[in-house]
Amino acid sequence: MVKTSINAPTKGGFNFDLCQRNEMLLKKGMQLPTFRKTGTTIVGIVFQDGVILGADTRATEGPIVADKNCEKIHYMAPNIYCCGAGTAADTEAVTDMVSSQLQLHCYATGRESRVVTALTLLKSHLFSYQGHVSAALVLGGVDISGPHLHTVYPHGSTDTLPFATMGSGSLAAMAVFESKFREGLTKDEGIQLLCEAICSGIFNDLGSGSNVDVCIITKGHTEYLRNHQLPNPRTYVSSRGYNFVKGHTEVLSTKITPLKSKAEAALVDAMEE
Amino acid sequence: MDLDLNAPHSMGTTIIGVTYDGGVILGADSRTSTGMYVANRASDKITQLTDNVYICRSGSAADSQVVSDYVRYFLHQHTIQLGQPSTVKVAANLVRLLSYSNKNMLQMGVIIGGWDKYEGGQIYSVPLGGTILKQPFAIGGSGSSYLYGFFDQAWKEGMSKDEAEKLVVKAVSLAIARDGASGGVVRTVIINADGVTKNFYSGDSLPLWHEELEPHNSLLDILASSSPEPMST
Repeated sequence: MVKTSINAPTKGGFNFDLCQRNEMLLKKGMQLPTFRKTGTTIVGIVFQDGVILGADTRATEGPIVADKNCEKIHYMAPNIYCCGAGTAADTEAVTDMVSSQLQLHCYATGRESRVVTALTLLKSHLFSYQGHVSAALVLGGVDISGPHLHTVYPHGSTDTLPFATMGSGSLAAMAVFESKFREGLTKDEGIQLLCEAICSGIFNDLGSGSNVDVCIITKGHTEYLRNHQLPNPRTYVSSRGYNFVKGHTEVLSTKITPLKSKAEAALVDAMEE
Repeated sequence: MDLDLNAPHSMGTTIIGVTYDGGVILGADSRTSTGMYVANRASDKITQLTDNVYICRSGSAADSQVVSDYVRYFLHQHTIQLGQPSTVKVAANLVRLLSYSNKNMLQMGVIIGGWDKYEGGQIYSVPLGGTILKQPFAIGGSGSSYLYGFFDQAWKEGMSKDEAEKLVVKAVSLAIARDGASGGVVRTVIINADGVTKNFYSGDSLPLWHEELEPHNSLLDILASSSPEPMST
């Protein structure tokens, strides 16, 4: 346990001592345990009736694909959804937390949640953790004041844009948007552009892959199209099926440990109130 | 090329604040970078604090956004308690108090500009560290390094509104030409007794400087626009 000086008054806010310790250990050559990241391509666009959010579905753990079909478009409110890139645990936790806070706020005000409320809650949480909560988000929704699309960075800064991309595949997706985006797209044009951008990320970025998820939010109605496109089907399936008969696998050695002698149940009194 | 998309969002930036006869003009570029990637090429770095006071932000995007939000909140309370619009000096001082007391954690340099009925148009500069300086004109951000000489020569006391705005746009445009971390469009905000006017100057409307080339239409635009008749021999 690290003891700070006894005379110093207790300071409020998050204690970053362990973060400093971690950095010092990394410099000394210690290996961090790998954690699951969503390499990711996440995008959002504003179209004539609202916003459309899109994401790929690959979650990586270092060089390995941990989840081939994960969900990166998180629910915040019936009219607000949020795509998350960065450490999967961080994006899940922060979006769940803000979703609960939004619901409480909804009950307190008696009104439909607004996108700027979600934005402020996310931004103040991420800022107070000074970037250590590695969550880069694309937040989109339609509320009483119209359609909104925002990006939130791990350090707590936000941008408001008509089209946005985040994650390791953001450059590939942004290239597609910069050449083909225009104001006032129809729903079908918007979905098509979005899928093109995500596919660009899927095929050109190693951290993104598998399928395309799309979420269309308009005034009063939300459509969540899970796996809207599957551009990476499994193609090497044997038509006869796979049959693993006993004897196919060579047994190298056998060791039998009887468990009865290990476990000893002790007679205890039953729990009483 | 080191493309670290997890690098803190910083605004390379060129920000300018200039007083003229009757008010102030604030100007800024629109580039926000994450390492070597331009995260937002059309950001608005001139944020509103009150009806009559605006702030130009540079440095860490997160830090400057959060401090602006706090100061806007405090100023709103102050206005209610005072019963009249708060002065530019109070706004600048609030920014300075937050910036100075958190100088170890924050990385931002700002320029506060506004108009009030007591002192007229004023510009206050609050750079890294939390100093507060009242100046007739102020420049900040990474692109400002290229403008010190320019302002020494071009700045005059008592300019008209149009002269001052032309000066600001020319200055930001010069800085954009030389600073890699500044770019995009030029936004200006004019604050005077009559209110606030916001202007937007797109990249292609800015003059070309030494060795800058004329923009050519991208082949994508030429091919995408459908021709009304087929080519005939």
